[in-house]
Amino acid sequence: MAGVAFFFEVLIGGLMAGVMYSLVALGFVLIFKASGVFNFAQGAMVLFAGLFFVGFIEIGIPLWASLLLTIAVMVLLAGVIERLVLRHLVNQEGIILFMATIGVSFFLDGFGQMIWGSNVRQLDIGIPTDPILLFDGAILVQSFDLYAAVVAGALLVILVFFQRTRIGRALRAVADDHQAAQSVGIPLNVIWVIVWTIAGLVALVAGVMWGSKLGVQPAIVGLALKALPVLILGGFTSVPGAIIGGLIIGAGEKLAEIYIGDFFGGGIENWFAYVLALGFLLIRPQGLFGEKIIERV
Amino acid sequence: MFYRESGQYKTSYSADQAIFTIPQDRVFFALLMLVAFIGVPLVATDYIYTALLIPFLCLSLAALGLNILTGYCGQLSLGTGAFMGVGAVSAWNLAYRLPDLNLLVVFVLAGLITAVVGIFFGLPSMRIKGFYLAVATLAAQFFLPWLFVKWGWLTNYNSSGVISVPELRLFGWGIDTPMEKYLFALAVVAVLALMAKNMVRSNPGRQWMAIRDMDIAAEIIGIRPMVAKLSAFAVSSFFVGVAGALYLFVYLGSTEPDGFGINLSFQTLFMVIIGGLGSIMGSFLGAFFILLLPIFLTQVPPALGFEFSTALVSHLEFMVFGALIVFFLIVEPHGLARLWQIAKEKLRIWPFPY
Repeated sequence: MAGVAFFFEVLIGGLMAGVMYSLVALGFVLIFKASGVFNFAQGAMVLFAGLFFVGFIEIGIPLWASLLLTIAVMVLLAGVIERLVLRHLVNQEGIILFMATIGVSFFLDGFGQMIWGSNVRQLDIGIPTDPILLFDGAILVQSFDLYAAVVAGALLVILVFFQRTRIGRALRAVADDHQAAQSVGIPLNVIWVIVWTIAGLVALVAGVMWGSKLGVQPAIVGLALKALPVLILGGFTSVPGAIIGGLIIGAGEKLAEIYIGDFFGGGIENWFAYVLALGFLLIRPQGLFGEKIIERV
Repeated sequence: MFYRESGQYKTSYSADQAIFTIPQDRVFFALLMLVAFIGVPLVATDYIYTALLIPFLCLSLAALGLNILTGYCGQLSLGTGAFMGVGAVSAWNLAYRLPDLNLLVVFVLAGLITAVVGIFFGLPSMRIKGFYLAVATLAAQFFLPWLFVKWGWLTNYNSSGVISVPELRLFGWGIDTPMEKYLFALAVVAVLALMAKNMVRSNPGRQWMAIRDMDIAAEIIGIRPMVAKLSAFAVSSFFVGVAGALYLFVYLGSTEPDGFGINLSFQTLFMVIIGGLGSIMGSFLGAFFILLLPIFLTQVPPALGFEFSTALVSHLEFMVFGALIVFFLIVEPHGLARLWQIAKEKLRIWPFPY
């Protein structure tokens, strides 16, 4: 029984870590769907948003005002990225845009840390972190993780509803075909700003959650790279895929570390997600929920 | 005016196939080589060798390798750092376990081992491309350094995992001063660059470029994508592996095996982008630029009277890197090599505007 309970404890812990990956992966998927840009800067945006949020709080601005200010910063950031980067790269190949977002990623990384320093900062927004015991104390769950799951779920619901609105439809139209969307009167530039804003807000949520859990620190950017295998697993164009992929990766790597890690001498958590994704690519390149058509030879 | 090819006739096939078809280019290149092999050793100080020239040579070789894969064959890779690690670790093991082996043989074998590893991690490129492939190479980037640390045999069970290079000897010639190391690295890089140049302008290179430009069309005209892609992975990894071995042997001296991290991969990728995708010369220009930039940022502001803290400099470096990448992609997606080409075009018709 203890073995089973332990298994579930690890599983739930992994799933909750997976929620965090999903939050980052969501940002990737949104931008990829709407503009075909593979946004490598999502991880840096998570750090950026987290740094600004925690920085505003530290200089004595109340919580709600800091949140609003950070949202304003992320909107501004989306506008600046569109104006300075994307607008000039319309019609370039995907690989060029991808590399441009690597550049953006480095810039944000340096900029955020230059303003706010690179120390680890504790972010406490009042989410309780005491453990909860389920099934007569057999399974231990961090209540923080439950909050994270609830937040992610809420975010997902909002995003699904957003898809049904006028703007949401416009976003999907742009994703389908830039030219066609433009010819029916959808302003491409505005749409891009909106998409990057949404991605920025998702990054803010992810930054707050990651920050409350681990402290806001530059290492977040590296952790956010884990969102890439999540994307492979879930498919680049699927919002539910990002969530489920995140859960699978999170649970998979924790279970693998506990149960098969010893065969390899431990520490396999760092690469297990990537190798899992690599194996998955060979079997089903479009991911679990991705569109069937994939460019390949 | 100085750079005009009118009146220079190519009267034989070999003249037509020369790397530099114009005498001006040949003279320029010969001068460059003279400066590199003779001029530099006459004037350079140890600081210039160790801080600038030796890492420049190692990293430009790595950039060259990545350029073959990404620039010529169009397969995006984020695993260069790990492949350099493979080259370095295997070269160290060969040199350590077989001390009698000639240094050049060690380097070639290390390159070949890396090529095999590269082919293995290139296998997913059969089914996927673009960003998916980038993630697949990330798997190599995270898996391989872990392996170096965990597989004790690779570092001879050294508890700290640090590997230190034994004394370098080549045909009885001890390579220990910075100048000798520089000359050794320069010779290796020059030979390999010549190989790369000839490869990309002959059959394999054309196959790679055809795959890059349109894989389906390439397949239709009879190029086998599997052969072309895997050969690109193999050749690229060979170069990167030798670069890694060189990096460890003549530049670092000793390193922890997990020092070949993702930052090195990004650094190499930036060299390729800034230098120019699909250009041998671009790899060198890009490496020079990326290496010079941090030195510039640490030296120039104090000279102008600004005092920056080290933390600020490293953050500034990130920002300037990022901004420059974006700037280059917007202004000139083909990088410094393209600017060089434009300059040559201008020179050709100078003093007339067109």
